[in-house]
Amino acid sequence: MTTLEAAADAARDNLAALESEAIHIFREVAGEFDRPVILFSGGKDSTLLLHLAIKAFWPAPVPFPLLHVDTGHNFDEVIAFRDHVVEKYGLRLVVASVQDYIDDGRLAERADGTRNPLQTQPLLDAIADNKFDAVFGGGRRDEERARAKERIFSLRSAFGQWDPRRQRPELWNLYNGRHRPGEHVRVFPLSNFTEADVWNYIAREQVELPSIYYAHKRKVYSRDGMWLTEGPWGGPREDEEVHELMVRYRTVGDGSCTGAVESTASTVEEVIAEVQASRLTERGATRADDRMSEAAMEDRKREGYF
Amino acid sequence: MSSLLRLATAGSVDDGKSTLVGRLLYDTKSVLADQLDAIERASVDKGMTTPDLSLLVDGLRSEREQGITIDVAYRYFATPNRSFVLADTPGHVQYTRNTVTGASTAQLGVLLVDARNGVVEQTRRHAAVLAMLGVPRLVLAVNKVDLIDYDEAAFTVIAKEFAAHATSLGYAEGTVLAIPVSALQGDNVATKSENTPWYSGPTLLEHLEEVPVAPDPHEAPFRMPVQYVIRPRTPEYLDYRGYAGQIAAGTVRPGDEVVVLPQGLKSTVESVDTADGSLDEAGTGKSITVVLSDDLDITRGDVIAAADNAPKVTDEFTAALCWLSSKQLDPGARVLVKQGTRTVQAIVEELNARFDEQTLSIVDAPEKLELNEIGNVSLRLAEQLPVDDYTVSPRTGAFIVIDPKDGDTLAAGLVGHRFSQLKGVTEPEGA
Repeated sequence: MTTLEAAADAARDNLAALESEAIHIFREVAGEFDRPVILFSGGKDSTLLLHLAIKAFWPAPVPFPLLHVDTGHNFDEVIAFRDHVVEKYGLRLVVASVQDYIDDGRLAERADGTRNPLQTQPLLDAIADNKFDAVFGGGRRDEERARAKERIFSLRSAFGQWDPRRQRPELWNLYNGRHRPGEHVRVFPLSNFTEADVWNYIAREQVELPSIYYAHKRKVYSRDGMWLTEGPWGGPREDEEVHELMVRYRTVGDGSCTGAVESTASTVEEVIAEVQASRLTERGATRADDRMSEAAMEDRKREGYF
Repeated sequence: MSSLLRLATAGSVDDGKSTLVGRLLYDTKSVLADQLDAIERASVDKGMTTPDLSLLVDGLRSEREQGITIDVAYRYFATPNRSFVLADTPGHVQYTRNTVTGASTAQLGVLLVDARNGVVEQTRRHAAVLAMLGVPRLVLAVNKVDLIDYDEAAFTVIAKEFAAHATSLGYAEGTVLAIPVSALQGDNVATKSENTPWYSGPTLLEHLEEVPVAPDPHEAPFRMPVQYVIRPRTPEYLDYRGYAGQIAAGTVRPGDEVVVLPQGLKSTVESVDTADGSLDEAGTGKSITVVLSDDLDITRGDVIAAADNAPKVTDEFTAALCWLSSKQLDPGARVLVKQGTRTVQAIVEELNARFDEQTLSIVDAPEKLELNEIGNVSLRLAEQLPVDDYTVSPRTGAFIVIDPKDGDTLAAGLVGHRFSQLKGVTEPEGA
């Protein structure tokens, strides 16, 4: 066996183990909870999450609805993709709309126009209103230092809050989903995937993604070292020059704070090559919300963010 | 060779564990430019002249403020031949429970000592816990060898003392390796050090890449706890009834004779299904859906097992408990036991023994078990459970103890485990 073949074998084994782990987690939740829901943004991690859920229950349909926390700052391609997926698999979609909260005054637009921090309240209300008791998220431990400490079953208080000191020890594959009325459990089946694993698995399984993950021509302007695009969240200021570049997105979030990267990678194989060569983490490269403070993610997790 | 190695690290406070883990990430190029920029800025702010690699892994603000690690953190790095999931467990005495958490799935434990202090109480305690959980291999990283001037004699003393301790815990020769390292300088972590010409063994990373992962227990009899019953009721799959689960031990093939426990119903495997098609064979760890040739009443919590080598079905057993809660355990306590996919009520009838992992001795009939203590108890269950001894089949011999009042996880349990299985343990007098 050549070195290359050995490496390819190793990668296959690794993905098979991660897949079995994720499927086991989905089935545990289906067996132990009354009202689970999958958080679904149309981004690659939540799309992968849904793909694994479909495999876990095949040939039966996925026994959970989807929940989209809609910031109103969307990429059209992603919303079209979301609706296409819901239709294709006959799923039920619940939408929690940040725009509704702003319109009726329950939330106020921030001075910087960013809406990611505003997602927490609509998310928690949707969980409470629908009595969801288990909420699947696409979070991965390799994303960020606070997430590295996250359990696969993460208990949240009635206020949706995460208390690192109250996290339960998690032993073997024996997950403890006990919770009191009003509390819920966030569940992270992709915990042990890395960004490279996600892309390799997407390639292996030929998982369909929104088109903005692949290189396309787009009018962008530079702000805080990121390429932002015009949208309902606003556009370039007078001093910001608009360029037309070949770009793609590495993450999909609120359009006002999700940046594109210059790229010519138009296939999943080219994206994998690019990810391997990249010297920036996906969040560091493209997410203003994680740059706000060194402990930004820890603070938002405590408040009940994903 | 398996391509995924799960390892756990443990060490005392100030042994430099975060720096070692940071070094592994850094030297395998798992640290990207923006993360490095962030820690370089933070290091300069703290008045340091070189980047403090420990900042890569000290995740929570409360930890950065106190300079300690308070919870298990998972780290990922990879070389072309292997991917690694590293459970980074804290060394504070009060957080030993995290070592149990991090080590429960580990195939290898890396224990860290400070070369200036050698093997200390925490080292012995951690090694005993890893031995009890059945972690098959240990590495002793003798850190900060730069601070003892790369002294071979001092390293050898530490390596020998640890080897003797590991042997007394039942580790065979060849399963334990001591490596002289400096996490700060990078000696023998990913690159062979020129400062230790007397050391001819592998670097830490070489060892992690090459160490044989405990072979899947292909010889072990088949065990699969049923998680979920799949009944599509769609026109295409009108009568389909499959039992979904992850194989806990052994392998399964169509045609295998199986028994469903605790009922004791016998049947034959008709097919082993996945979304990618039916399989000729599936092994330990694989998530599958089993279709049986008979129409049986099977639900979540049942176990499908090899008919000719089934687990015993019982409503009482003795077990080792690692007590993980600040609420103490008293005899007569009512708890929940989650084993496989079944959760049952149980009473802790007796506290038989407490294991002092420091002196490797046993204290008879303790009055209670407290946080971080390890004991042997007798449990009586409200229902019959199919169980194996942990040492024979870890995944079907493992359980967790849950507080029925608030749902907290109280303990990790190992069915049938007696401390005297660890060689060198002194039984109490008269036992």
